[in-house]
Amino acid sequence: MSVSPIVSVRDLTVTFKGPPDVHAVNGVSFDLAPGEVLGILGESGSGKSVTLKTLLRLLPEKRTTIGGTISVAGQDVVALQGRALADYRGRVASMVFQDPALALDPVFTVGQQISEAVIRHEGVSKAEARKRALEMLERVRIPSPARRLDAYPHEMSGGMRQRAMIALALACRPKLLLADEPTTALDATVQIQILLLLRELQRDFGMSVIFVTHDIGAAVEVSDRLAVMYAGKFVETGGVRDILRDPRHPYTRGLLAANLHGAEKGTRLEAIPGAPPALHEAPTSCSFAPRCRHAEERCHHALPPVVPLGEARNVRCILAEAARQDA
Amino acid sequence: MLFYLVKRVLYTLPVAFGVSIVCFMLVHIAPGDPLTSVLPPDASAQLQQEMRRLYGFDRPYYEQFLRWFGRALQGDLGTSIATGRSVTSELVKAMGNTLILAAFATMIGFVLGGLFGFVAGYFRNSFIDRFASLLSVIGVSVPHYWLGMVLVIIFSAQLGWLPATGAGPGGSSDWAWDWAHLKHVVLPAITMSVIPMGIVARTIRALVADILSQEFVGGLRAKGLLDLGVFKHVVKNAAPTALAVMGLQFGYLLGGSILIETVFSWPGTGFLLGNAIFQRDLPLLQGTILVLAMFFVVLNLIVDLVQSAIDPRIQRS
Repeated sequence: MSVSPIVSVRDLTVTFKGPPDVHAVNGVSFDLAPGEVLGILGESGSGKSVTLKTLLRLLPEKRTTIGGTISVAGQDVVALQGRALADYRGRVASMVFQDPALALDPVFTVGQQISEAVIRHEGVSKAEARKRALEMLERVRIPSPARRLDAYPHEMSGGMRQRAMIALALACRPKLLLADEPTTALDATVQIQILLLLRELQRDFGMSVIFVTHDIGAAVEVSDRLAVMYAGKFVETGGVRDILRDPRHPYTRGLLAANLHGAEKGTRLEAIPGAPPALHEAPTSCSFAPRCRHAEERCHHALPPVVPLGEARNVRCILAEAARQDA
Repeated sequence: MLFYLVKRVLYTLPVAFGVSIVCFMLVHIAPGDPLTSVLPPDASAQLQQEMRRLYGFDRPYYEQFLRWFGRALQGDLGTSIATGRSVTSELVKAMGNTLILAAFATMIGFVLGGLFGFVAGYFRNSFIDRFASLLSVIGVSVPHYWLGMVLVIIFSAQLGWLPATGAGPGGSSDWAWDWAHLKHVVLPAITMSVIPMGIVARTIRALVADILSQEFVGGLRAKGLLDLGVFKHVVKNAAPTALAVMGLQFGYLLGGSILIETVFSWPGTGFLLGNAIFQRDLPLLQGTILVLAMFFVVLNLIVDLVQSAIDPRIQRS
């Protein structure tokens, strides 16, 4: 990568203090270029949301241990404290949450909630902040935005609330947007509108986006690159097309095979047998091995190697290693 | 909504009528003749008979009740046997004094209860939380007359800082806004404030803890708000429930407290009621119980109406 990255994560580990302890993220490293969109794909409990929340340091301080380094726009995010952390949140990086019905304060109007962020970060007058809030509501194409400015979240539909949430997240022009399953809580017809809106705004503002989801379709729709996450590790990373066309990790293959899109009616969907591990200890062998039909003896005893396959494409599996030696 | 309002108001009428029958009957169940306490022990049988006729005690109960009830509807609750003054005027004066005491007690209770509640809710499971929770448990469970007596022993008997009884200098029961009167209200108000303090503190602690665990608080931090900014949101979210609880508590205190007012000889409704019982002052007793009972009927009515007005989910049709 020629441009210096806006996000640089190295060996990130996140542990929740128990009992029992949970090793939610176990060594995640990646770079994100300005204007690039990374989709993190994984099932519930894979650590994708935890990774995202760690980037904004939103996890409960006392119960969480963070290891490794996170650098966003030149700031050491792990070391940020107090006011500096609050300055970083919302201005450098901001977040769109999964369920806007829960993530917005029910007793403040949408306009107040957006203005508040603008006033906090830019110190402008109330009238000025309100003007910005109106601009943002227009920007996310909420119908009759002037009226919606004084509406409470419960007076809006799910899709409109998520638009308002996006308006709030982008009000201070962050360089990095963290989207935590932003379409999961929405109706299927609204999901695609929100995805298109996110992609359009990402291009207009030229910001970087990390998009976390378990919906492959949604991830493909908005991302430049994909990272498939399992048991707190990225098991496969690469360009969207490369991964779709040629998935190398057995877990990625399983995920793609379990996809509804293009499935023939009447045929049984292929599912990955078993369940993800409970991460009470940091993994010392391949976490997917117990569910993997290609697993060999050594998979159960040692961590699999990270095999680089071309530019920005890595696979954490012995199969990929074999494939590379063959080539 | 209007239909519900009318219906709810109409519901109170049979309740009020029932309450008045109970009030009337209750005092007649008690043994003893009310006149024995006013007449000299050596009064002649003829004089006793005369007095009984004068007060109407010789009539059958239903007739006594109907006459009393009819006059009560017109605001005339009869004449106190002990003082010879009208029950209504005694009650109005006592209610004024109770209002003063309740106002001071709620002020102290809400400020301290709110403070403890917020601190405990914010720093849940910390040392401060345990301390505040302990205080509120003590507040709810300590016998108030006992606390009152302890305060009197310390601040009146030992230190001599504050008067132990009464509402004003020289046993006067007329209120005035000066230090001579104000210092009489300090001890009873502190004693009384312990009840709402405990309840308000526990309510607000639970509210704050619940609000802080909601996802939108993460949303507030995610947009960069500082602690003070988040606090503003917590307060506004907690306000409706907290105000409802406070309103109810203020209502209860307005009803007066027999124990606390008796300990401090505070001339309010509770004190009046206690005296009426001891002196077998039937008209005063009936009148006071009736007014207090009606007060709670109306209080419940108001709480119901306000709640259904605030919360649209309460649709009781």
